[in-house]
Amino acid sequence: MIIYNSPALVPLLLLATAISIPVLAIKKTKLAYPLAVGASLFSVILSSYNIFRVWKSGPLTYHFGGWIPPIGIEYVLDPLSAFIALVINIVAFFVLWHASGVQEREIPGKSVPYYSLVLLFLCGANGIIMTGDLFNLYVFLEIFSLAGYGLIGIGEKQAPVAAFRYLIMGTVGASFYLLGLGFLYIVTGSLNMADIKNILPLIDSNPAVEAALSLMVIGIGIKMAIFPLHGWLPDAYTYAPSTTSSLIAPIGTKVAAYAIIRLLFFVFDVKFVSRTLPITDLIAWLAAIGILYGSVMAMAQKEMKRMLAYSSVAQIGYIGLGIGMANPLGFIGAVLHILNHAFMKGTLFLVAANLRKNSGHSDISRLDASYRKKLPWSMAAFTLAALSMIGLPPTAGFFSKWYLALGAIDRGNWVFLAVILVSSLLNAVYFFRILEKVYLVPPPAPKAGEDLSPKAKKRRGSLIGEEEYGLMIPCVILSFSLLLLGLGNANIVKGIIQRIIPLGM
Amino acid sequence: MTTPEIYRSFIPFYAVMVSLTAVPLILLSFRHANLREFWTLAASIIKFALVFLLLPGALAGRIAEFTFWEISPGIALTLKTDAFGVFFALIASGLWMLTSIYSIGYVRGLKEHKQTRYFACFAVCLSATIGIAFAANLLTFVFFYEILTIATYPLVIHKETRVAIQAGRKYLVYTLTAGVLLIAATAWTYRITGNLDFRAGGMFANASFSPSAITVLFILFLAGVGVKAAIMPLHSWLPAAMVAPTPVSALLHAVAVVKSGVFGVVRVVGFVFGPQLMRQFDLNTLLAIMAGATIILASLLAFRQDNLKQRLAYSTVGHLSYIVLGAALLSPASLIGGLLHIVNHATLKITLFFCAGAIYVRHHKEKISELDGIGRVMPWTMGAFTVGAVGLAGIPPINGFISKWQLGLGALQAGEILPLAVLVLSGLLNAGYFAPIIYRAFLKSPAVPYKHGEASPLMVIPIVMTGLFSLLLGLNPDLFFYFYRLAAQVSASILGGTGP
Repeated sequence: MIIYNSPALVPLLLLATAISIPVLAIKKTKLAYPLAVGASLFSVILSSYNIFRVWKSGPLTYHFGGWIPPIGIEYVLDPLSAFIALVINIVAFFVLWHASGVQEREIPGKSVPYYSLVLLFLCGANGIIMTGDLFNLYVFLEIFSLAGYGLIGIGEKQAPVAAFRYLIMGTVGASFYLLGLGFLYIVTGSLNMADIKNILPLIDSNPAVEAALSLMVIGIGIKMAIFPLHGWLPDAYTYAPSTTSSLIAPIGTKVAAYAIIRLLFFVFDVKFVSRTLPITDLIAWLAAIGILYGSVMAMAQKEMKRMLAYSSVAQIGYIGLGIGMANPLGFIGAVLHILNHAFMKGTLFLVAANLRKNSGHSDISRLDASYRKKLPWSMAAFTLAALSMIGLPPTAGFFSKWYLALGAIDRGNWVFLAVILVSSLLNAVYFFRILEKVYLVPPPAPKAGEDLSPKAKKRRGSLIGEEEYGLMIPCVILSFSLLLLGLGNANIVKGIIQRIIPLGM
Repeated sequence: MTTPEIYRSFIPFYAVMVSLTAVPLILLSFRHANLREFWTLAASIIKFALVFLLLPGALAGRIAEFTFWEISPGIALTLKTDAFGVFFALIASGLWMLTSIYSIGYVRGLKEHKQTRYFACFAVCLSATIGIAFAANLLTFVFFYEILTIATYPLVIHKETRVAIQAGRKYLVYTLTAGVLLIAATAWTYRITGNLDFRAGGMFANASFSPSAITVLFILFLAGVGVKAAIMPLHSWLPAAMVAPTPVSALLHAVAVVKSGVFGVVRVVGFVFGPQLMRQFDLNTLLAIMAGATIILASLLAFRQDNLKQRLAYSTVGHLSYIVLGAALLSPASLIGGLLHIVNHATLKITLFFCAGAIYVRHHKEKISELDGIGRVMPWTMGAFTVGAVGLAGIPPINGFISKWQLGLGALQAGEILPLAVLVLSGLLNAGYFAPIIYRAFLKSPAVPYKHGEASPLMVIPIVMTGLFSLLLGLNPDLFFYFYRLAAQVSASILGGTGP
């Protein structure tokens, strides 16, 4: 049974657990966490199984309630959706693993609603990725976003304001999407992606279709935080609880990026979006500006999470640029960067969380070498992720840069090439600023009366150096996988991404 | 010359990995200085032995190849031990052995902090250097080139002082910028050729170009590899990086890192563009002018340095461009001369740096003006220093003479007089900036008598060995390692286009 239902099982499982957590954990709040982690682990296993099946025997579809599309809702697992689903479920699992160590401290006593929301959020993400129906996508987009507002608003004092801002912009985005979808439905009479894809070429040039496309892209663009629609992102990432930022940064915007890829290349036609209505050009240029803007803003930040947030704006620009190039190499770069950035940003935000847990702040100006002594492994993970962000081999980041550069050259656009390369140097500036502090700036002399020696000695005695394994191990695994992802990227590209390069590129 | 025979072998892989394998061992023995140093020494000896095993094959035109796996569809991470690769790997790994011994004396003499990090990074650097030497295609080259960049950084900032951190920043700005330009050039090349394998005689055989495009591409490449090769105006990170511990300056900033840059220049000239394109678009003139200017300017700047290591650094900048000049002239003898200068400058400059380090460890003197009479208390060290200085000035019978002679010959073969004049002038300038040091060391009497004599044997022995080796190579450049034969082979393959 599982074999045939596996595409639908992941979102359903997450949804069911999300709903049952408040019920089951009403008396024993401690149950919430294991339930959430269990569901997340199970979704990783199911997604791995799914991708294995897709890889072996081609795309899978699942018809809800047995209704045949385009009447019924269809779930589609092709290499792209199976791959992205696996990526986000893996990252989510590590973030949740890590959550046990920070959640109780940052948002005490709220574990039941929090983990329930997390699972709703993941359910929405998985749904967006797997669905083959544009209206169903809207439904999951709302689940995903509403859960996201909650996850952010639960954080620090300023978090509700940031969440409210995100809510306003997110709602505007969703409305845009819905409006566009309405236009499309009027013209085509269908909501099924594959069906619309077949109908659209039969329609002569029609302003309604163009309006639909524009509205939908703007709508999802807000969720993706593509420049200049990124306004909600920095505050939301900064003030949200650490687990939320580590979850939303690698997953939230990536899911929206995926939705844009689906929409542009698998609902509309490559030729349509790049020639008839050159929306990909627009995305590419905005992304290029966003890359530079995000990197420069990141350099100006004093707080690590805020810096990482701006860096996300820039990195989303990489994905946008790859999408906007509308050629195979750019596409490979974009999809690969969804994966790479999810792992990199996940690691970086988790390390920021460790810093906050350990010393109550993550101000860049207050960092010094004592932090490396306290958190040697976290800092090693941070270093590796930072090198990957800069794009140095053999880490994964180098290869996204490589494919994007090839794509830019393929397109003959030297500005894009320059942007990719300059941004890698700007990344170096703001990451080495931190690395320098953490590795080289001696800590201020301990104040009189402060006795650090017994603890320090104990730490030196242990080879591990960090006591909280739950905080350390997820970061280390995520960041060291960057090496594997980098060295093995050709397998991912050949085995998965090249199989789904949209026709007509 | 026949087409070389290619066989699959794990030796190049082992040669790259052996020092990388040593890294975790070094890190794990962070509390045991002896064990840590043992790993370093063992790795360096094994590495050298492995590279040496490849020498007979390279001489006979048999090339070992090892492919890791694809790192981008159609492009594999591949190592290939052609004559040029073996040539460079021999120098780097051979001198690493001596530097390892010297390092031990140095860090113990100064009771350096963070020795674990120091030895670990050193090992990574050497892995990257051998990777660069054996890289069979441009992407593999870039891969190891960038690893070398980043692995050298902790060594540059080793002292963790304000000056060191500043120097580290400068180093990163220069080298990372170069890295991205190199990536751009590589991506562009891939777009043109669809293949990134190095080919003696050039890889653009059938490509058509507009002159402006090829010039831009060449400049991108040149900026990419030229930073490490310290071609002016891209050189200023090198003198700044002299704040690093002396063994680092000796091996990395006189041999491994900077020679990787020069190695890259030769790869680009001989194996990417090829002599024909270079001449056709006058790219070699551009390169020759830059190299010539660098030689003269760097030598002049060297005069002004009172800090011994700074003076040596500027001297390095000048001598690296000898090699670049050899590549730019594209005549048989000039290529041989340039390649031989990779070896000769390596042995000579490492001797000089070793001497500077020994003086610093034993007497804590860094300035030339403080060295009055030091030759009397450190006769072995300063004797070796004299050998190095004489060699760099190009005076027989030290090996520097041979490469310079070949370069001069090559200039005449290419029908150019100006390079010859540059070489002669540079020789005089070299003599000019080294002579005062030797004069002070031996003939002036010290203002304050020195308290100590020679440094520890761990340092003196490598100094004497590199000095002696420079002398022996001056008498017979084919001694032990057949450097001359290898160089001639590489030169013939580039000019004849008969490479793999």
